[in-house]
Amino acid sequence: MTATCRRRPSGSFDALDLAGSRLSAFVELHEVTHVYGGGESTPAVDGLSLKIREGEFAAIVGPSGCGKSTMMKLATGLQRPRRGTVIVAGQEVTQPIKITGMAFQNPVMLPWRTTLRNLLLPLEIVEPYRSRLRANKSDYVARAEALLTKVGLEGMGQKFPWQLSGGMQQRASLCRSLIHEPKLLMLDEPFGALDAFTREELWCVIRNLHAERGITVILVTHDLREAVFLADRVFCMSARPGRIIAEREIDFPRPRDLDITYTPEFASVVHELRGHIRTAREAA
Amino acid sequence: MKRSLWLRLAPYLFTLGFFAVWEIACRAFAISSFILPPPSAIWAALVQYQKPLYTNAFHTLWMTTAGFALSIVFGLALGLLVGSSRLIYAGLNPLLVGFNSIPKVAVVPILVIWFGVGWQPPVLTAFVISFFPIVVNVATGLATIEPETEDVLKALGASRYDIMTKVGIPRALPFFFGALKVSITLAYVGSVIGEQNASNLGIGNLITRASADFNVPLIFAALIVLAVLGVLLVAIVDLVESRMTGWARRSQMVNG
Ligand SMILES: Nc1ncnc2c1ncn2[C@@H]1O[C@H](COP(=O)(O)OP(=O)(O)O)[C@@H](O)[C@H]1O
Ligand SMILES: [Mg+2]
Repeated sequence: MTATCRRRPSGSFDALDLAGSRLSAFVELHEVTHVYGGGESTPAVDGLSLKIREGEFAAIVGPSGCGKSTMMKLATGLQRPRRGTVIVAGQEVTQPIKITGMAFQNPVMLPWRTTLRNLLLPLEIVEPYRSRLRANKSDYVARAEALLTKVGLEGMGQKFPWQLSGGMQQRASLCRSLIHEPKLLMLDEPFGALDAFTREELWCVIRNLHAERGITVILVTHDLREAVFLADRVFCMSARPGRIIAEREIDFPRPRDLDITYTPEFASVVHELRGHIRTAREAA
Repeated sequence: MKRSLWLRLAPYLFTLGFFAVWEIACRAFAISSFILPPPSAIWAALVQYQKPLYTNAFHTLWMTTAGFALSIVFGLALGLLVGSSRLIYAGLNPLLVGFNSIPKVAVVPILVIWFGVGWQPPVLTAFVISFFPIVVNVATGLATIEPETEDVLKALGASRYDIMTKVGIPRALPFFFGALKVSITLAYVGSVIGEQNASNLGIGNLITRASADFNVPLIFAALIVLAVLGVLLVAIVDLVESRMTGWARRSQMVNG
C-alpha cells in the first residue's frame, strides 16, 4: 500500500472512543475483489479493505470510475464479490441487506406516484412494515410527512416528482432512503447534480439527520469540501482497480457549522486530501 | 382571442374546403363518376346504401374489436414474458423479428385454408397484424427500467415480482398504450383485408362486391365510412390512454 495512513482503526481504542457503542466494525470489507461481467477484465475494485464503525459518518472520495459505486453495491449485497468478504452488522453479506437505505445522484422517483407514495415505497417492500401496511397506513403517512417537513418539503407530499425541482426531488429521495429507519445510509454522490446553495443546504440536512438518529452513513462524493464537512473519516481510493490508499480522521467538533468550511484548518485538510487524489490519478 | 377562434374552426373549415375543391374539380373537368365520383354522388350513395353500409360497418367493427382484443391479451402476456426475462428475450427476439417482417396479407390464404370463409380470417388477420407492436412495446417498457431504480428496490430486498408490479408494469403502461394506438389502426387494416378475401360480410366484402359491379360511388361511400370508423377507434384509444398514463406526458413536458 502506498498509504499515508493516520491511525488505521486496527486497535480497538479508536473504535471505543469514537463509536462508543461497539468494538467491532459495523461495515467491513476484507480484501474484496470484484470483476464485472464474470470475465477476466480489469477488476473494478481489487483487494479493497475498509472498516466503518457503527454510528460513524464515512466519506469515500476518489477519481471517477475508480469503483466507489461498486464498493457501495458490494456493501449492500447488490453485487457479490469475486474474492474477499463483506460483513455488515456482524453478518456476512450474501444477498441484498434490508437494513440499508440508498440515495443516488439521480433521485429515481417513480413519476406515476405522488411524492408521498414514493416515500412509502420502501414500506411496501420491507418487512415488518409490508404486512402491516394496511393497518398502519395513517402512521406511515404521518411518518413520511414528518420526514418531508424535516427536509424542508412540508406539504409537498401530494405533488408529483416532476412538479418538484431537482433539489426538492433529491430531498424527497433522501426521505425515501430513511423511511424504513435503516441502520446504514448509503449516499452515492447524492448532491452531484445540484447547485452550490442547494448542496450546502442539504449538507446541513444530512448533518442533522446523522446527529439525530445516530445512523451509520457512507457517503460517496467527488467534492472534498463536502467530505470534510460531513464526515468523521474520509477514505481516499486509488484509480481503477480501486483500493483504499489513505484515510483521514476529521476531528472538527460537532455540531459543525457551515462557517468552518472557510477556516484555514478546514482548507488544509481539504488540501491534504487533494494531494492523495492527485497521487491516485497520476498512478493510473 | 380571434386567433384562437380561427384555430378552433380550422379543422372544420379545412375539411369543408377539401370536399368543396373536390366537388368543383369533378364538375369543372367533367370527371366521370366511374373514375372519381364527386362528394355529392358519394353522399347520395351513402344515403341510398345506408342500410347495408350500417350493418357491414358494424360487422367490420366487430371483427376489428375481436382481433384487437386478442392482440391485447396475447401481446400483453407475451410482452410481459419477453420483457421480464433476458433469456426469453434473447431466445425469442429473432423469431419475433422474422415473424414481424412477413407482410401479413400473405398469411390470409393460409387462414382461408384453415378456416374457410367466415369470421375467422378477418379476426385472425387483425390479430396477427396488430399484436406485434404490443409485444415489442411492453417488452421494451419492462426491459428499460433504469438500473438505479432497480437497485433502490433490490437493496430493500424486493423480489422480482415486487419489481415487476411496483415498477415494471406501471412503467410499461405508457409504452403499452402507445402501442395500442398503432395496433388499433393495424387491426382495422387486417380485418378489412380479411373481409375482402375471405368473408361474406363487412365493409371489406362490400367493397369487393361493389367493385365487381363497378359501383364506384358505393366504393367511395364505403371508404368514407372506413375513415370515420378509423378516426373513432383511434379517438377512443387516445382517450383511454390519456386517462391511464397522464403522468408520462406531463413528466415529459416538465423535463423537456
Ligand atoms: N455494470 C457494470 N458492468 C461493467 N462494468 C462496470 C459496471 N459498473 C461499473 N463498471 C466499471 O467499473 C469501474 C468502477 O465503476 P464505479 O464503481 O461505478 O466507479 P465510480 O462510482 O467510482 O465512478 C468503472 O471503470 C466502470 O466502467
Ligand atoms: Mg459512481
